[in-house]
Amino acid sequence: MLLGKSLVEISKLIENRYISNKEVIDYFLKRINKYNSKINAYLTINADYKFDNLYKSILPIAVKDNFCTQGIKTTAASKVLENFIPPYESTVTKRLLDASFFILGKTNMDAWAHGSSTETSDFGPTKNPWDFLRSPGGSSGGSAAVVSSYLAPAAIGSETAGSIRQPAAWSGVIGLKPTYGRVSRYGLIAMASSLDCPGPLTLTTEDAAFILKIIAGKDKFDATSSNDRVPDYVSNLKNKKKFIIGVTDEYLNGINDDFRSAFYQLVNILEKMGHKIKKINLLSPKYSISVYTIIQRAEVCSNLARYDGIRYGNNRSFFGSEAKRRIMLGTYVLSYGYYDSYYKKAQKVRTLIIEDFKRVFKEVDMILAPTTPIASLKLGEFEKYPFFGEMMDVLNEPAAIAGICAISFPFGLTKKDNLPIGLQLMGRWFEEENILNLTFQIEKETDFLGVIKKGVNNYPD
Amino acid sequence: MNKYKPFIGLEIHIELKTSCKMFCQCSSYYFEKDPNTQVCPVCLGLPGALPVPNKKAIEWTILIGKALNCRINYFSKFDRKHYFYPDLPKGYQISQYDDPIAVNGWVEIIDKNLISNPSTKKIFRIRRVHLEEDTGKLIHSKNGTLIDFNRSGVPLVEIVTEPDFDNSEDVKKFLEELQVIIRYLNVSDADMEKGTMRMEPNISILVQESNFKINNQNRPSKKLPNYKVEIKNINSFRFVKHAIDYEIKRQIEILKEGKLPIQETRGFDEKKGITYSQRKKEEAADYRYFPEPDIPPLVFSQDYINSINLPELPLEKIKRYINSFGIRFDEAFILTRDINLANYFEKIISKFKTEASKLNLKINNPNQIIANYIVNKKISCKLSVDDFINKLIENLKPKEFDKKLLEEIINKVLKNNQKAVLDYKKGKTNAIMFLVGQVIKEIKGKAEAKIIKENIEKMIKE
Repeated sequence: MLLGKSLVEISKLIENRYISNKEVIDYFLKRINKYNSKINAYLTINADYKFDNLYKSILPIAVKDNFCTQGIKTTAASKVLENFIPPYESTVTKRLLDASFFILGKTNMDAWAHGSSTETSDFGPTKNPWDFLRSPGGSSGGSAAVVSSYLAPAAIGSETAGSIRQPAAWSGVIGLKPTYGRVSRYGLIAMASSLDCPGPLTLTTEDAAFILKIIAGKDKFDATSSNDRVPDYVSNLKNKKKFIIGVTDEYLNGINDDFRSAFYQLVNILEKMGHKIKKINLLSPKYSISVYTIIQRAEVCSNLARYDGIRYGNNRSFFGSEAKRRIMLGTYVLSYGYYDSYYKKAQKVRTLIIEDFKRVFKEVDMILAPTTPIASLKLGEFEKYPFFGEMMDVLNEPAAIAGICAISFPFGLTKKDNLPIGLQLMGRWFEEENILNLTFQIEKETDFLGVIKKGVNNYPD
Repeated sequence: MNKYKPFIGLEIHIELKTSCKMFCQCSSYYFEKDPNTQVCPVCLGLPGALPVPNKKAIEWTILIGKALNCRINYFSKFDRKHYFYPDLPKGYQISQYDDPIAVNGWVEIIDKNLISNPSTKKIFRIRRVHLEEDTGKLIHSKNGTLIDFNRSGVPLVEIVTEPDFDNSEDVKKFLEELQVIIRYLNVSDADMEKGTMRMEPNISILVQESNFKINNQNRPSKKLPNYKVEIKNINSFRFVKHAIDYEIKRQIEILKEGKLPIQETRGFDEKKGITYSQRKKEEAADYRYFPEPDIPPLVFSQDYINSINLPELPLEKIKRYINSFGIRFDEAFILTRDINLANYFEKIISKFKTEASKLNLKINNPNQIIANYIVNKKISCKLSVDDFINKLIENLKPKEFDKKLLEEIINKVLKNNQKAVLDYKKGKTNAIMFLVGQVIKEIKGKAEAKIIKENIEKMIKE
């Protein structure tokens, strides 16, 4: 009865007394018990619940292990924080708890969110629920995998450049990266502070809108959070707006044929639905890789400086090799005499990329592109390439660098391996309601070609 | 002739007394509080915690900048300054690097000559004023070192001067002046002993050719020496002088040997009165500054800057005391050193005016007299304004004295000093002053000289 139900549906079932909240939580804990050891998606499972009113809508959710949860171990998948139990609650989880959510557990990720495969996790990689030999993507790989295999109806992830959209694409679910500043970062263990964005991974567009409405908005604990009005994203889904959608060859270079045909299939559908497709020119996403690499490494080495071995138990020798690599590169680009040629220059190019998007968004409402160039890779392939993440995230980095919002959704499977294909819509700053609106229209029109349902049905009760 | 010319610049830290810390809501009052009781995720630098700047602290830094005659930057930002130390929980300090809140100011030392001869005035330039956060405190004990984070995140203003000083006396006067200004602004206790005011001098010495000339403002007309020595751990005005004097002597001795002092950081040992090497500059950290991504840049409009109003500062006040109140520099200077004392003084003179006219009391230059009473502590300034005035009036009223007693004493004095009486009668008018003196001695000051003199004249004539 529950398998594959969205958050909004579960909420109605509880409110109409078809099922109690206790039964819902028990249902998911049972599934976690059954499947988690195979997938390794949860690092910590939270079975500690007590509800007085059985028919109060209490909704289960999984949270990436880099959000501080008061009293629940939070490791960022690093041994450095192996024993860290936060004494405070992140704003995102606080807002969820205040809205009567229950945190089922904390999900696996690349250590410190450094990676695109969850393989840098100090607690073992998460398996792609579609194929255990493959990666679910990352860094929010655990969050994508629990939603895809229905070990949670929805999950919270975080994205610095691709870490929500790419695992959503590889695991066949919806992943929303809000505009930078739309959702508070307070209590999110920082990766690159000027880029980090918390966001939901869900089975339906409506759930993504539902969660965003709860977690978005100004937070007095985050000076970079925006005062911008938080619209009712859910009710905004209902009226079918018509959009001008930009497409560019720059985002189709070197992508897999299945992805290309999925892309054009959707372009045709959108035109038939009455949307306008417009060819645009954008800066090549390759510039974003350089900018991103420098800014991210600089901020990483700064943000990891606090783990100096005095607090939190484990010292710096517990950092994995990826973190060490990033600390060294970040230290280098910020060193005296190198700052101007690297960090400062990167910031200037970043401004150009932002200007480029501003120009394009005068012509179009949003941009359609593949989320990744290829489908999920086998575990182990990543180690061959030190800049693997940048290559995988090439189509995600421009939006991250510019701070705009974007959403990835599944659109078909690859012919040979039957792996999910992800496409994305990138929208203007603080126009999540528009990309959600169009994704909702696509969902109603195509059901994402059945990918999400197929993923869930791979894991029967 | 001195061949060795010291160049001294100062870095001064002022801890602001805002109610909250710089980037969180914790109380910034940590003095004598139990360790780690004034802390939260932000000032402990816990994973995921974010700084939100304290508006009051920014406003007060602008106020300090204005009081030091600085230009307030329209655009300012915070930067991360990285170094590892156990009292720094984030591994970086949030500070300001290339866009400080205020730049290019100056402080004038208040000096007696300034009134009579304004061309002698001493001005020391301020390079920058910026805002940052304080660190925690290490507590060393036999069993190891403990960290108290109560002070972590308390707002700290750093003031940097140009190397305009060439002697310790000027440094001391400057610091005293700065302390008075800060206290006038009511933004800090600026107490060296409590550590709410700290300072580090940078000292270097230029060996001058015999025909080398510097201009009268102590500005280097040539390049600065290519090394400098920073002195840390100085925690009183007295030690500032000792440390600088010692260091100048030490460096000159090295230079006399034909060597160059090493660029380094030295500590000051107050018991021995010497400085000692702490850290060579070659080993100094590269702070890897970059803009703090957690805090958006600060943009100040001219209207906002204008809306931050300065109170009357000591220099203006002293001029007003001299020019409008007609009191002497010495008393005006002492009264204006402490804003509370100055306010007390002003309340007394305004109230005294009304009280005196009620009593028909005529006194020449009452302001100066009141100033004297306060400065010489003839009446305690711990008294309320009313009590002070009552006591003052009692002191200033013409003395009631026993006329009969005065006559008796005058008679006695005249009898015992026949010669002086004769001299007076012969026309030696000065002789009367001797008699007046004798009477004053006998009467123990209970009558005024003027009245005594009148009485003596009258009695001799009789």
